[in-house]
Amino acid sequence: MNNAANALTLEQVSIHLSGRPLLHVDATVAPGEVLTVMGPSGSGKSTLLAFIAGFLQSTFTAQGQVRLGDINVLSLPAEQRGVGLLFQDPLLFPHLSVGGNLRFGLPRRSPQKNAQIAKALDQVGLAGFEGRDPATLSGGQQARVALMRLLLSQPRAVLLDEPFSKLDTALRQEMRSLVFRQLREAGLPALLVTHDEADATAAGGPIIALG
Amino acid sequence: MLRLAPLLILALLVIPVTAGLGMVLLPAFGYLPVLGSEQANLSAWQMLFAQPGLGRSVTVSFVSGLASTALALLIVVLFLAASQGTWLDRSLRRLVSPLLAIPHAAVAFGFAFLIAPSGLMARLISPWLSGWEAPPDALIVNDPWGLALTFGLVLKEAPFLLLMSLAALPQLQAEQRLRLARSLGYAPTLAWLKVVLPSLYPLIRLPVYAVIAYATSVVDMALILGPRLPPTLSVSILGWFNDPDLTRRFMASAAAVLQLGVTLAALISWWLLEQLARRLGQRWLTNGERTRGDTAVRLIGRAGFSVASVAALAALVGLVLFSVAGFWRFPELLPQSFTVDHWQRSASMLAGPLANTALIALLSTGLAAVLVVATLENEQRQQLHPTRSLWLLYLPLLVPQIAFLYGLVVAAERWGIRPQMALVVAGHLLFVLPYVYLSLAETYRRLDPRWLYIAQSLGVSRRRAFWRVRLPLIIAPLLTSVAVGLAVSIGQYLPTQLLGAGRVPTVTTEAVALASGSNRRLIGVWAIVQAGLPLLGFMLAIALPRWLGVPKRTTPTTQSQG
Repeated sequence: MNNAANALTLEQVSIHLSGRPLLHVDATVAPGEVLTVMGPSGSGKSTLLAFIAGFLQSTFTAQGQVRLGDINVLSLPAEQRGVGLLFQDPLLFPHLSVGGNLRFGLPRRSPQKNAQIAKALDQVGLAGFEGRDPATLSGGQQARVALMRLLLSQPRAVLLDEPFSKLDTALRQEMRSLVFRQLREAGLPALLVTHDEADATAAGGPIIALG
Repeated sequence: MLRLAPLLILALLVIPVTAGLGMVLLPAFGYLPVLGSEQANLSAWQMLFAQPGLGRSVTVSFVSGLASTALALLIVVLFLAASQGTWLDRSLRRLVSPLLAIPHAAVAFGFAFLIAPSGLMARLISPWLSGWEAPPDALIVNDPWGLALTFGLVLKEAPFLLLMSLAALPQLQAEQRLRLARSLGYAPTLAWLKVVLPSLYPLIRLPVYAVIAYATSVVDMALILGPRLPPTLSVSILGWFNDPDLTRRFMASAAAVLQLGVTLAALISWWLLEQLARRLGQRWLTNGERTRGDTAVRLIGRAGFSVASVAALAALVGLVLFSVAGFWRFPELLPQSFTVDHWQRSASMLAGPLANTALIALLSTGLAAVLVVATLENEQRQQLHPTRSLWLLYLPLLVPQIAFLYGLVVAAERWGIRPQMALVVAGHLLFVLPYVYLSLAETYRRLDPRWLYIAQSLGVSRRRAFWRVRLPLIIAPLLTSVAVGLAVSIGQYLPTQLLGAGRVPTVTTEAVALASGSNRRLIGVWAIVQAGLPLLGFMLAIALPRWLGVPKRTTPTTQSQG
C-alpha cells in the first residue's frame, strides 16, 4: 500500500457562499495524523468536507488545491478520489446484511473476501455478525460496522463529519479511541470536523478553529 | 364524525368491488335469476371456450400487460439511475404530473396518429428515405400481436411509475446513500442501482401491481390501439356484455372471471420474476464492481426516457395538427391548409358531454377530497400508524375494471338503482379516491406537528387549528391532489359507459366511440378537448394558491436528518 504513505494537502482552500467568504484553510495532514477542524454550526465545516469529497453544492464556490500525495483530487469525480466518509449516521444499507455491507466496501478483485470480512468484524468485537440485519444492531455496533466498511474499501484519506455526536457519552469515548487507533494503524490522513472539544483532544492532532 | 371517515372510505371501496365480483361470479356458473336461471351449471364456460380466437385474446392481454409494465419500469428505473442530481431531474419533477394527467384515450389516439402508415412518423421519412409516395399497406395500429397497444401503454405507465418513485424517494435518504457509495468508489449510476433501487422497489411495488392489473385488462386503449380480430380479452368481454342476445351475459360473466384469472396469472408471473431478480441481484449488489457498465447504463437510461418523452410530445402535436388540418396529402409533413371547421362543427356536440364530464369530475373529486382529508386528519389526531390497510385502497386498482363493473351494474339493479349520473359519480369515486389519497397522504403526514401544537398552545381549538393552520399549510398539495382526482375522473371510460348504461356521454366516452370510425380530424378535436381538461385542472391547481396569496413553499415539513 504505497498510497497510504501519502499526505492530504489543502492548499489555500477558500469557500464562498454566494460571494460571501465562508472559510479559508491551508494545511497538510500527514499519514496516520488527524487534523481537527472546529467551529460552531454554520461555520462551513461540513462544506469543507463536501468540497474535498466532491459533493459541493453549486451555491458554493471554492478556490485552492486539494492533493493526495501528488494526485490532484479536485480534477477527479467523487468516486475516483479515494476519499472515504464517516457521518454521524452510520448509514448501513438496510437491504444488505452486515456482511453484505462490508462486502460492498471491498474492491472487486480482493482475495478471500469472506476471510477479510470475518477479520474486520473480529477487529471491532463483532465476530460472527456477518448474517445479521443491520437494523438489529445497537448504535455503537452500527458505527463500528460503518468504520470497517470504510476501511475495507482501502481509501487514501478519510473525512469524519461529527461521527460521534449521536452516540451516548459512555460509548463516545470508546468509539473515539477505536476510530483513531484504526486510522493510525491504517496510516491514513484524516480530517475531522466537530464542535466537541473532547473529539479534538482524543484525535491528538493539530486543530484549526473556524468561525 | 371524523372517526367514521376511514371506515366510510373502506366501505365505499370494498363493498362495490366485492358486490360487483359476486354478481359476476354467480352468472358465470349459471345463476342469474333476472334471466330466469337459478341452476348452477357450466354451460357458460363451454360456450366461452368454444369462441374462436379466445386463446389469442388471452395471450395478447397477458403478454401486452406484462411486457408494457416491464418496459415502463425499466425506462423509469434506468432514467432515475442515470439522471439523479442533474437539472433534468428537477425539471421533470414538474413535468411529470401534467404528463400523467393526459387521459389514456388521448394518448392512444395521439400514438396511433404517430405510428399509423399515414401518420407523422411515416411522413417524416417519406419519400426521401422510405420511397413511399402513398401510405404503406401495413397493419401497424391494431396489429395482431398487440405491439402498438404495448407501446401505447408504456407511454402512459412510465410517467405514473416515475411519479410514484419520485414520491417515495425522499423517505430513503437517497442523496446520502449515493454520497456514501460514491465515496466508497462507486460510479454514480451503478451506485444508484446498487444502494437506492433495492430500497425503492418495495415502496413502488403496489403501484407496479396496479399497473399490471390495469394493463392486462385495459379497455379504452385496447379499443383504439389493440388488435381487432380477435381483440383483447377485455374488449371481447365488453362486446359480449353488450350483446342484444341476453344469454351471452352468462358467457360474458364467465369471461370476466377468466379475465380475473389472466390478471392474477400476470401478477403471479411478475412476483416470480421478482424472486428471480432478487436471487440473481443479491450477488451483483455486493460483488464490488464499481464502474464497469456505468456509462452504458447512463446512456441507455437517458435515451430510453428521452424517446418516450419525445413520442408522448409528438403524439400530442399530432392530435393538434389533425384537429386543424385542411387538405393534407400523404408524404407532406404538414397540412397544406389549416382550418377551424372541425372545431366549429364539433362545438355544438361538445357542450353536453363537456358539462357531464365536468359535473362528474367535480362531484367525485370533491367527495373524495373531503373523505381523504377527514381520514388523514383523524389519523393525525388519533396518532394512528398508517400502513395497515393501505392495500385495501389499491383494491379497485388491482381488480380489473371489466371484471367487477358489470357485476356492480347488476347488483345496483337488484337494489333498485338504475344506471344514471349518480351511479356514474359513485363509480368514479372508486378510482378517484385511491389516487387522491395516495397523492396527498405523504405530504399530510410529513407536516410538522409542532405547527398544530403551537396553535393549540395559543388557545386555539383543534377544529379551528385545522381550518386556520393545517388547511392553509397544505392548500397547495391539496389542490394538486384535487387536480389528480379530476384527471382520473375525466379519463374514465368503462365506469362511465357501464354505470351510465351509455346514457351519460362524456368527452371520454364520445372520443373512444369515434375510434371505430376513421375521421381523424374529428378524433383530433375530441382527444384535444379530453387532454386539455385535466391540464386545465393542473394549471388551476398551480395558479390558485398564488391568487389566494399563499406564498411559494408553503409546506414546512418535518426536518429531515443530516
